[in-house]
Amino acid sequence: MGPEARKAYHEDLKDLKNMVEEMGDLASQAISLAIDSLVNLDEELISQVEDIDSKMYAYDLAIEKKSLDLIALQAPVARDLRMIGTCLKIITDLDRIGRYSGDIAKVARRMLGKQHLKKLVSIPHMAKMTIEMVDLAVDSFVEEDRNAIDEIYEKEDMVDALYDEIFREILTYMMEDSKAITLGTQYILVIRYLERIADHACNIAERVVYMTTGERIEHEV
Amino acid sequence: MIKKILGILKDDGECVYKELPNGMKMRIEDFDLWYGKTQALKSVNMNIKKNKVTAIIGPSGCGKSTLIRSLNRMNDTIPSVRTEGQIWLDGYDIYDDTADCVDIRRKIGMVFQKPNPFPFSIADNIYYGCQVNGMKVDKDEVVKRCLKQAAILDEISDRLGDNALSLSGGQQQRLCIARALAIEPDVLLMDEPCSALDPIATAKIEDLIHELKKDYTVVIVTHNMQQAARVSDYTAYMYLGELIEFGKTKQIFENPKEESTEKYITGRFG
Repeated sequence: MGPEARKAYHEDLKDLKNMVEEMGDLASQAISLAIDSLVNLDEELISQVEDIDSKMYAYDLAIEKKSLDLIALQAPVARDLRMIGTCLKIITDLDRIGRYSGDIAKVARRMLGKQHLKKLVSIPHMAKMTIEMVDLAVDSFVEEDRNAIDEIYEKEDMVDALYDEIFREILTYMMEDSKAITLGTQYILVIRYLERIADHACNIAERVVYMTTGERIEHEV
Repeated sequence: MIKKILGILKDDGECVYKELPNGMKMRIEDFDLWYGKTQALKSVNMNIKKNKVTAIIGPSGCGKSTLIRSLNRMNDTIPSVRTEGQIWLDGYDIYDDTADCVDIRRKIGMVFQKPNPFPFSIADNIYYGCQVNGMKVDKDEVVKRCLKQAAILDEISDRLGDNALSLSGGQQQRLCIARALAIEPDVLLMDEPCSALDPIATAKIEDLIHELKKDYTVVIVTHNMQQAARVSDYTAYMYLGELIEFGKTKQIFENPKEESTEKYITGRFG
């Protein structure tokens, strides 16, 4: 086979991939900071989440622009086309993850000056698992690894189970003491956001399967 | 015995008939071709579907032009060429001893890279093929029909007596397509039909190819992969004389099965 042609084009593809990886890292940081801000009710951490959210929005725009430029100017096909299509899809997932992290930080802001009902344990545990899912999904994109999806699906089942468990726990608190309802509903919002983030991680992993194999898979919910 | 059923056999010809699957116009079977001692095509097997556009792509020297020229025995004019295998047209082997090259080329027309109109009037260019083939047709009728089919009639209807060389490159190429259609072929072969044309003339030819497949089976060789993606229903990728991958165009450009195809179409070697 002859030498590689279209070097500048392939450099651009690598740059695009790096940008998505960086956006993925920001998404992971955003969840982590958002949960810390909630656990510690720390205003400084809340601001950091908001900063990351706006950075991610800038990445979203830049990646979209670069992808469209590549399509317009380089007429990508096959794996390259699938990669660019995947980037365009997963930045929406990553952007949503950033938004949900921002929403968790907003919950924390609403709780500023109040006390938690008890020390938060289950919610940070659920958040840790969701962060692992996002990291696995982003790594699978970077490494072009179609096999990560099985582990991500396993973790999603665990996250769903935690959601049900924590939901019931919060209900119990609210039934026992009506003064707990205000905070309880906020916690329910947080676990709902985390559960949605886990779904977005699954979407990313499913896109990676398409990117690497050309096959589309649909996860049965 | 079967004689002259398709008009591709000599008067006293007898040949083997092999029924092709439904919807298939041509079949290339274990086809090898040598230029002297150099093997240019290696055991090529491929099906060409009726009323579809089949594109052949691949790097320079991969054998794509040799293959398309084999489809109407244009390589026969090169003395050192030797072939093995069969190419079936509607169930008859065009490489059979009884097959007649002139008749084959009447059934399978060809358009080349550079437009090559005769230095005659536009109308005479179209009618010439009918004359030499002894076809009894109405000249005005055939000229208008073919120019219309080649989507050029409106542009030149008041210039039919002008010399064909006065036309632009794109118009000349469409005239050559019209000329090929005049002898009522079944299959139209196009060897890089747009490589000498500007983007607007190219777009017109591509639109024309879409129209032509309603009535003809089209095979096109192109260096321009985007053109193959735009105009064809099936794509064949060739490398070093071998057919590496053949499939629906959408599959080849979205998810090729062979690594070599992937590398070529994404520009990772070229």
